[in-house]
Amino acid sequence: MFVIPMKVSCQTVGADIISTVEFNYTGDLLATGDKGGRVVIFQREQESKNRPLSRGEYNVYSTFQSHEPEFDYLKSLEIEEKINKIRWLPQQNAAHFLLSTNDKTIKLWKISERDKRAEGYNLKDEDGRLRDPFRITSLRVPVLMPMDLMVEASPRRIFANAHTYHINSISVNSDHETYLSADDLRINLWHLEITDRSFNIVDIKPANMEELTEVITAAECHPHQCNVFVYSSSKGTIRLCDMRAGALCDRHSKFFEEPEDPSSRSFFSEIISSISDVKFSHSGRYMMTRDYLSVKVWDLNMENRPVETYQVHEYLRSKLCSLYENDCIFDKFECCWNGSDSAIMTGSYNNFFRMFDRNTRRDITLEASRENSKPRAILKPRKVCTGGKRKKDEISVDSLDFNKKILHTAWHPKENVIAVAATNNLYIFQDKIN
Amino acid sequence: MFSKGTKRKFSDGGEELPEEGLPGSNEELSSVSYSLQRQSLLDMSLIKLQLCHMLVEPNLCRSVLIANTVRQIQEEMTHDGSWQAATMMEAFAAASAAGSGAAGPPERLVATEVLCRPGREMNGSPTAEPKLFSVMGYEECREEEVVAVEEDSICSEAASNVCLSGSMGHCWERGMLRGERELDSRLGAPDEDVDVEEEDEEEEDDNELEGCREEGEAKAMRQVFGTFEIKNSHPGPESALEELFSDVDASYYDLDTMLTGMQAAPKIGPYDLLDSLSQSHTPSSLSSASNCRSDLNELDHIMEIIVGS
Repeated sequence: MFVIPMKVSCQTVGADIISTVEFNYTGDLLATGDKGGRVVIFQREQESKNRPLSRGEYNVYSTFQSHEPEFDYLKSLEIEEKINKIRWLPQQNAAHFLLSTNDKTIKLWKISERDKRAEGYNLKDEDGRLRDPFRITSLRVPVLMPMDLMVEASPRRIFANAHTYHINSISVNSDHETYLSADDLRINLWHLEITDRSFNIVDIKPANMEELTEVITAAECHPHQCNVFVYSSSKGTIRLCDMRAGALCDRHSKFFEEPEDPSSRSFFSEIISSISDVKFSHSGRYMMTRDYLSVKVWDLNMENRPVETYQVHEYLRSKLCSLYENDCIFDKFECCWNGSDSAIMTGSYNNFFRMFDRNTRRDITLEASRENSKPRAILKPRKVCTGGKRKKDEISVDSLDFNKKILHTAWHPKENVIAVAATNNLYIFQDKIN
Repeated sequence: MFSKGTKRKFSDGGEELPEEGLPGSNEELSSVSYSLQRQSLLDMSLIKLQLCHMLVEPNLCRSVLIANTVRQIQEEMTHDGSWQAATMMEAFAAASAAGSGAAGPPERLVATEVLCRPGREMNGSPTAEPKLFSVMGYEECREEEVVAVEEDSICSEAASNVCLSGSMGHCWERGMLRGERELDSRLGAPDEDVDVEEEDEEEEDDNELEGCREEGEAKAMRQVFGTFEIKNSHPGPESALEELFSDVDASYYDLDTMLTGMQAAPKIGPYDLLDSLSQSHTPSSLSSASNCRSDLNELDHIMEIIVGS
């Protein structure tokens, strides 16, 4: 079990609610997307002798406007600029690439550094004004001079007009050439270089929309097998598909579903079984799904039930009617693995987030809030009182703030560093050992 | 707000009660409270579906989940037979109220529309027959009119597309037939005792409506849209108009044009009809032509029926 995290930094990213958080492959960069269509990238400070304590701090590296609000004239509807997902591409040269998507359009962004500039142009002044050709009496070779680091973000590809419904997932394939995008009813496969075409690989839209009872909620490519991907549904099922089987992967290769427990059946059973996130383990042998009350770990070789189930906030089961009324029951929580697949993390309400150690079966509840922790303070585990006498430091279920929800969390791919998004604040926690 | 989630199977009703501390027969009371909870859940679900965000496209996943929940409740209510019990009780109450002369809560079909916006992804035209709880309202949300008419009215021109009702196909047909019967009888014999007729036909209606599940939706609609009720269901405005006009003298059209100076449109919609009728009622527009008298009397009668005294 990792040591109780020590908070390293808390950043207010902006005025808008953070809608996605993602580390890159090395963990040096952390990207956030928000409801206003902005992307903010943080970079980890390198160790330096001058500032030994600064190791591990993430500071703003780049900010840019990824998506703008649009208006669909045919439907008379606004298209939100909210960034639904960000996925990094593996780094191949000095520049960094990431995919960001809103409901309808995916964009490939290149983030590059510029720390030199050319000086001594012949045809223009240092100001940039053109020099009078007649005044030029000699030629010189421009020289590269160092300058303050500038990080530029430029859109390199725009993948548009391929989704009728709202995009909920994007996932880069292990071949590093293709990626998939999923909306409520369809999944498309793209080539990163080609923007005017995509292949539809899953289509669950019924011929008669009135018969629609199930939608796609999340999709992900397998981390190693570039022909395999999974997608989850609102009915609590996961389908694993093999692209070698056919052009259209409507028929799954594997179908994962846990049989329903008849004793806990209620009118809300289906809603709370809807899967909000699915993530492969780094090893590729397991996958994890998040539904409203629990996180389940599945062995890809066993389809009839998960191998592990973790209750996130079981005390909410008796409050489902109220949560249905205030729409909280439709909140889509994400989940994530740590680098070694030994622990998983997911969010809850009241700015709580939960971590589960798969080996020791221990779990911990922590809170991401400014009031309760000073910088570099050690976080105190929290506990929700479910009934009976409330102990000191416990919080009762009725006191939970359901407006403070942690939907997005991310775990550094190699170290025990986690990023937790709480409304418009980004919290970064790190192991005490560091 | 409830402290417990609603249980689908009510086998353990006894266990739920001690918290609420209800006296009396546990089973009876708990089954009533379960029905109430279930009904309330149904109402809530229908309201959620009807409230479309006007600017941004509604979340399809959420809509589908709510729709499935409504379907579940409908199925269970039908299975329980509580649907049937509810309709019969209402009819009984209405009949006794009508008999006493008061306009009691009517046992009738309630039709109302989902007020939404047309969208690009419309699969075909708005269906006339409501299906088992459909997803039609999800993505497109069509704008369809709601017409308020008195409960005594026979002229129910309201567009009767109930997006959110259960499998109403057969109910709609019966309703239409009943509507025609009533319409003919009312127009042909205005002197008959309307109340008695209502009562008789209501009892007949109950038996026909056994399979219908509209009661829950009816209540939900009432909550959302107020008391928009029609006596009889009609499949569409045009056939209702035809029935309305079938017994009306053709000279009505001339009267209407003369009185209101309307440009005669080839088709008169339901609102035009009401407008023209109400206009024809204003004294200032009354013509002194004698051949209008009888027409006016008829108009008066029709107007009375539509608008109510």
